[in-house]
Amino acid sequence: MVTREETSRAIARHERKEAIRRGVRRVVVFLAFLVVLALVYTGYKAFGESINDAQTEWPVVGRVLPRTNDLTMPPIIDMITELGQPPQRNSSKPLAAFIAEASLFTFREAAFGFFFGMVLGLALAILMLRSRWIERGLSPYLVASQTVPLVAIAPIVVIWGSKSMGWLPFVWQPWMSVSIIATYLTFFPVAMNGIRGLKSADPAAMELMRSYAASRRQTLMKLQLPAALPYLFVAFKLAATVSIVGAIVGEISGGVTGGLGRLILDYASRYTTGPPRLYASVMGAAVLGIAVVGMVTVTEFFVMSKRREGSTTS
Amino acid sequence: MTEHETQSPSITTTVELDSVSKVFNLGKPNEVHALDSIDLTINNGTFVSLIGASGCGKSTLLRLMGALTHPTEGSVLVNGKSADQARLDRDYGMAFQTSGLFEWRTVIQNIELPLQLMGWDKVLRKERAREMLELVKLPEFGDHYPRELSGGMKQRVAIARALSFHPQLLLMDEPFGALDEMTREHMQMEVLEIWEKTGKTIVFVTHSIPEAVFLSNRVVVMSPRPGRIAADISVSLGKRDFDTRESQAFFDSITEVREALRFKESNR
Repeated sequence: MVTREETSRAIARHERKEAIRRGVRRVVVFLAFLVVLALVYTGYKAFGESINDAQTEWPVVGRVLPRTNDLTMPPIIDMITELGQPPQRNSSKPLAAFIAEASLFTFREAAFGFFFGMVLGLALAILMLRSRWIERGLSPYLVASQTVPLVAIAPIVVIWGSKSMGWLPFVWQPWMSVSIIATYLTFFPVAMNGIRGLKSADPAAMELMRSYAASRRQTLMKLQLPAALPYLFVAFKLAATVSIVGAIVGEISGGVTGGLGRLILDYASRYTTGPPRLYASVMGAAVLGIAVVGMVTVTEFFVMSKRREGSTTS
Repeated sequence: MTEHETQSPSITTTVELDSVSKVFNLGKPNEVHALDSIDLTINNGTFVSLIGASGCGKSTLLRLMGALTHPTEGSVLVNGKSADQARLDRDYGMAFQTSGLFEWRTVIQNIELPLQLMGWDKVLRKERAREMLELVKLPEFGDHYPRELSGGMKQRVAIARALSFHPQLLLMDEPFGALDEMTREHMQMEVLEIWEKTGKTIVFVTHSIPEAVFLSNRVVVMSPRPGRIAADISVSLGKRDFDTRESQAFFDSITEVREALRFKESNR
């Protein structure tokens, strides 16, 4: 006889297999899309190169679509081979190693920014949950904080960091200021989605907690936070990408060396001598973004596995 | 913490409402008189149904007993103390139309929730939750998640959770409202069984006349706008079984309740 335990275990096993299959399918689709993208790029490049003076009088082809050459659109194969070439004459280190090092540097800034943004965002969300007055008073400032251009704040934060962080038990590094800039961007989606998520708890469940005479802390920990998790994971994915953006922009506008931001800036200023290098370093940033979002997604998969399907039940 | 002290046997009334009125949005243009001078006394161990059309204030009345809302005028006593104190003392358990189960907790963890909030020891908690699962006849579903259960099973878990800390009073707000007819009749038998086994006082809100009659000793019929008690009908059908629903006494009581409802409708 098959017991209920065995059946549910078999179901769990099946679900796990299904999940892995879904994951593999996702990677395959991603790679296929990459190939299509490369084909479109190469196709347009060929087309843009074939446009000549005779066609400039044509309504769309000549006037709207830009012409191309190896400078504006370097061949993909060049971008790939360039990765193996040393970008500097006095060193044998290949470009790929430079990009990887810079990516790790930027990743560290972004990771700290993400972590502190997450903590700050959640703290703000919980604070706003406590009092409607705090929520009303605070939210316009939160929104306004995000419209202040980063380029304006970044140098201030970097200078302030190097001047007034002497009281800390460790030596303040410029990259730590960049982490603060990343925090500045990441707390926002977490706070906004966090407050929505905390309020999304089923009203019947809220009354139930009240009927048990649960304290506010108990209600928060046992009901509101778990109910907010789906919202929070959306926020974490957003926060993960903006933490990278924040780190790169922070590096560039704060003049911090060692990361992707500086690398991109360098290769952009020397674009004419080697266009594939800029493309390759931008791809490094893209890969980094995909990697961090991937990390959040994997975490989400494990945390949310219990309520993967039929999450509407209550 | 050990088992919760319920009430001293000398108190025979569990719920006592004295000229209770409830006005929502008092003093505003959308002011609603939900309840108007309600007097109601519920004795220990009775099964009382509150019935009426939507908006007659029956749910509000139940929520007043649970101190989930407060009266504009009048007083609500539960087990001889204020409703708020009774809530803080965990004197009642509650079940709603939506089971309100936490989807991230297993069935057994859901039943343990109130005990956990009260600071019970883990072993005692598990033991009690298992007992409760036996009571609602779902012993083998402890480790399942709510999403894996049918609507009827979820309601049983919700009832088990409401009874887990052995409150003497059980407040139920249309708990079977979302179930199909067959499941519903089945659940009614089970609730009666639990009631007979445990001797709880049950206040049951419903808008189904047969359900109210089948379950209760006493049916309180309410009329809307403002919510008032239109009739207070006692039902004596003896021990319920499958034949009860086809007995003359059952139909007579149904007619009595229906007429009390209709009388008020035409009087509006």
